[in-house]
Amino acid sequence: MPAPQCASCHAARAALRRPRSGQALCGACFCTAFEAEVLHTVLAGRLLPPGAVVAVGASGGKDSTVLAHVLRELAPRLGVSLRLVAVDEGISGYRDAALAAVRRQAARWDLPLTVVAYADLFGGWTMDAVARSTAGSGRSRACCTFCGVLRRRALEEGARLVGATHIVTGHNADDMAETVLMNFLRGDAGRLARGGGLGSRGEGGALPRCRPLQLASQKEVVLYAHFRRLDYFSEECVYAPEAFRGHARHLLKLLEAARPSAALDLVHSAERLALAPAARPPPPGACSRCGALASRALCQACALLDGLQRGRPRLAIGKGGGARDEEGPPPPPPSDPGSAPGPADGECGAACKERCE
Amino acid sequence: MAAPLSVEVEFGGGAELLFDGVKKHQVTLPGQEEPWDIRNLLVWIKKNLLKERPELFIQGDSVRPGILVLVNDADWELLGELDYQLQDRDSILFISTLHGG
Repeated sequence: MPAPQCASCHAARAALRRPRSGQALCGACFCTAFEAEVLHTVLAGRLLPPGAVVAVGASGGKDSTVLAHVLRELAPRLGVSLRLVAVDEGISGYRDAALAAVRRQAARWDLPLTVVAYADLFGGWTMDAVARSTAGSGRSRACCTFCGVLRRRALEEGARLVGATHIVTGHNADDMAETVLMNFLRGDAGRLARGGGLGSRGEGGALPRCRPLQLASQKEVVLYAHFRRLDYFSEECVYAPEAFRGHARHLLKLLEAARPSAALDLVHSAERLALAPAARPPPPGACSRCGALASRALCQACALLDGLQRGRPRLAIGKGGGARDEEGPPPPPPSDPGSAPGPADGECGAACKERCE
Repeated sequence: MAAPLSVEVEFGGGAELLFDGVKKHQVTLPGQEEPWDIRNLLVWIKKNLLKERPELFIQGDSVRPGILVLVNDADWELLGELDYQLQDRDSILFISTLHGG
């Protein structure tokens, strides 16, 4: 059966059908519509005001590549300037290749690029070192929990270095839906409460963040990259296969087969959740070590790093885990098979950009 | 009775890793009784091109969820998905979306 005509230009053959409207569009008209929707998301949410210096979290992957490309197209209209910020977690065999892709993009698009490394920011702790330290029993990879928190901190540092006023990341609708499912599955009321909405205002001195692709389905992000012939890095993080997010992703894929709008509907529901009084998180204070937003004495990043330094990396993971000053010699390496990497309150939970946690 | 078909099969978005890293394959499908469609193309690919871990590419008689299929640059949804009948010189692209971004 031949493909229908494009419903927009009526000139070319349609290349795809948009999941929400069912409208059949050719590649060029789809790309135009995609860009218009991102523009609308940014304008309607007043996410990036004129004059903003926008740090784009760039991983070399499909989402941040599409994000940077679209924002670069829209920048003149929005009156904003862009800086690419890439995070080097120190994952050998993976991140080096991805960074090469970011460097090519920075050159092609003529955008300034700053790379911030975990090793420099966090006292030599690369992700590979964290993974070795947290290895052992456990049904899911604990190191991915660390990575999500530390990446968020690293991006903040990089953004400050380049004088940014706002941070954008490439989270798409599927990412957001997976996060919602993960938070439900782990009983993380705090993150459920904070996870909705298009961006975080930037409390506690943090830079405001938003996700302009939040309403774009992953499929459409990939198709956009295809029709615009964008070059991106497409390998999975070496630690990802064991991360908890995989379960949520699998469930989401099954749901989408039955209901194509499942991802957007999940995000919609999460944005409208009201928590029972007993479940509401306490108003956050400031980390006693670094001053960042925190629900306990130490923010998540400081608590995790603290745990690593003391040889007790699981200290800050899990509902009961928080920062507690303990005297005495460092105990032997942790081995508690029971605790899955559960939620830890602290900074507002952002989805790790990789498909892992 | 279907005549032999010459088609281009392409893999992207990381799917190429299952095919020795080779993205583009010029393929000649042999003549056979039934017409060639995507359904039996997948069987052919599994048998003749797939180098490892078939479960990462194929699920049941279709592709694994998260793998997009474009025929001549159009989403296979518009063309009947597995039932689309291949024509000579068609280009079939499989793009994996299953990785971080």
